[in-house]
Amino acid sequence: MIEIINLCKSFGEHKVLDDLNLTINTGETTVIIGRSGCGKSVLLKHIIGILKPDLGQVFIDGKDITKLNGKPLNDIRMKFGMLFQGSALFDSLPVWENVAFGMLEHTNKKKDKMLERVKECLGLVGLEGVENLKPAELSGGMRKRVGLARAICMKPEIILYDEPTTGVDPIMGDAINGLIKELHDKLKVTSIAVTHDMTSAYKIADKIAMLYEGKIITLGTPDEIKNTQDPVVKQFIHGEAEGPITRGG
Amino acid sequence: MNVKRWFEVLGDKAIAFIEYIGAISIFFGRILSWLFHPPFRVKEAIKQAQKIGVSSLPIVTLISLFTGMVLALQSAYQMQKIQAEMYIASLVALSMIRELGPVLTALVVAGRCGAAITAEIGTMKVTEQVDALETLATNPVNYLVIPRFWALLVSLVTLTIYADFIGIIGGYIIGITKLHTPHHMYVKMTFDPITQSDVRNGLYKSFVFGIVICTIACFEGMRAKGGAEGVGKATTSSVVRSFVLIIACDCLLTALMYFIGR
Repeated sequence: MIEIINLCKSFGEHKVLDDLNLTINTGETTVIIGRSGCGKSVLLKHIIGILKPDLGQVFIDGKDITKLNGKPLNDIRMKFGMLFQGSALFDSLPVWENVAFGMLEHTNKKKDKMLERVKECLGLVGLEGVENLKPAELSGGMRKRVGLARAICMKPEIILYDEPTTGVDPIMGDAINGLIKELHDKLKVTSIAVTHDMTSAYKIADKIAMLYEGKIITLGTPDEIKNTQDPVVKQFIHGEAEGPITRGG
Repeated sequence: MNVKRWFEVLGDKAIAFIEYIGAISIFFGRILSWLFHPPFRVKEAIKQAQKIGVSSLPIVTLISLFTGMVLALQSAYQMQKIQAEMYIASLVALSMIRELGPVLTALVVAGRCGAAITAEIGTMKVTEQVDALETLATNPVNYLVIPRFWALLVSLVTLTIYADFIGIIGGYIIGITKLHTPHHMYVKMTFDPITQSDVRNGLYKSFVFGIVICTIACFEGMRAKGGAEGVGKATTSSVVRSFVLIIACDCLLTALMYFIGR
């Protein structure tokens, strides 16, 4: 279980997270929605311990990762896989080394065993025969898939998705949504995705939370979110230019 | 601009400077703490040494050869007036070993490789590759900085020895062909005045310059932000700051060695 308690984070004068509270149950897919630049990615980076909060705690299976550093923090991070918005593949390494990075760094497996696992992961995301290509030789959608293969390679218990469908065409976006759902069903992992793509959110989420002005203002199932009466949430999910968000109310 | 505003700007700049010194000191502390800490990435360090060292050979050869030649030609004007041409060899050798070899090589490496290191790490930073390393439970300082640090130190010291040698050859070419100094005399006057401490002091400088270049290059890369423009800015400030610090350290070390050596 992931528990985020009273999380606060500011960059200079700009308060990004303001006393944020959220609980994510094991095995659930929670989608965090919100406008661009509202702090969704910052929240994800706190969950995996890349950023340290100004105040507040993040408990991963009962351990407060905001207090951890070095090896204890890395031990917790081994439970995670993360797909970045721009895939964040290592340019200098071929695809197979990107996918096998966790194994190369933290295990003593032989190369053929690693290659076997790499092929298995690439197969899960619908790619084959790309092991020896460099990331620069791949299309945007393929890079996302390789990023996803890297995220699942170490068999994580929790997968974080940062804007999984951003920068790919709608058909590829739907394929990635399908993959996320399939991975969740097959691997039984806890998933947290941040997005402003409502089609994606409805498709993959067990629960949807909306981040607004540094706080989680609503948390519910996709149906509850669709039928919400909250004017802020309503404006966002219907993509209306006029409303309390744009009026700043 | 009124006086109050002028003091505000001055204060902001002073705070920014102190913050920079603090941040780079902390970063250097992190480098030291990882320097002898496993995992040791020997293969990566060798790969980086090839990039930094081998690929810098042509430019270092050219610069040190011409410097040696120019040094011999320029000093010939004065030396001929007092009929002391035979000391040109000593002047070239000592200047190269004590000063020009280490400084010129460091400036070339800072401009060529320091900039490349900042651009590479900066691009990784702005495209979230550095964050990806952390999510994969890999320390970015250990993975990115330490191999480059060892590679740069070893390469710079080796390149400096090489530059000293090539500079002396440059002086020798002018001495023999233009100034008509006999071969055995030139060689004798080159090596006679060189002491162990001259060579040692030159290499100490080179070692310190290596630390300066790598620390600044990696630090600037690690704090790059704002896409391609940010990487460009980081690269520029990496080169400028390295150049300034190399010259400042050179001045400081020369003074230190002068007073200790007395």
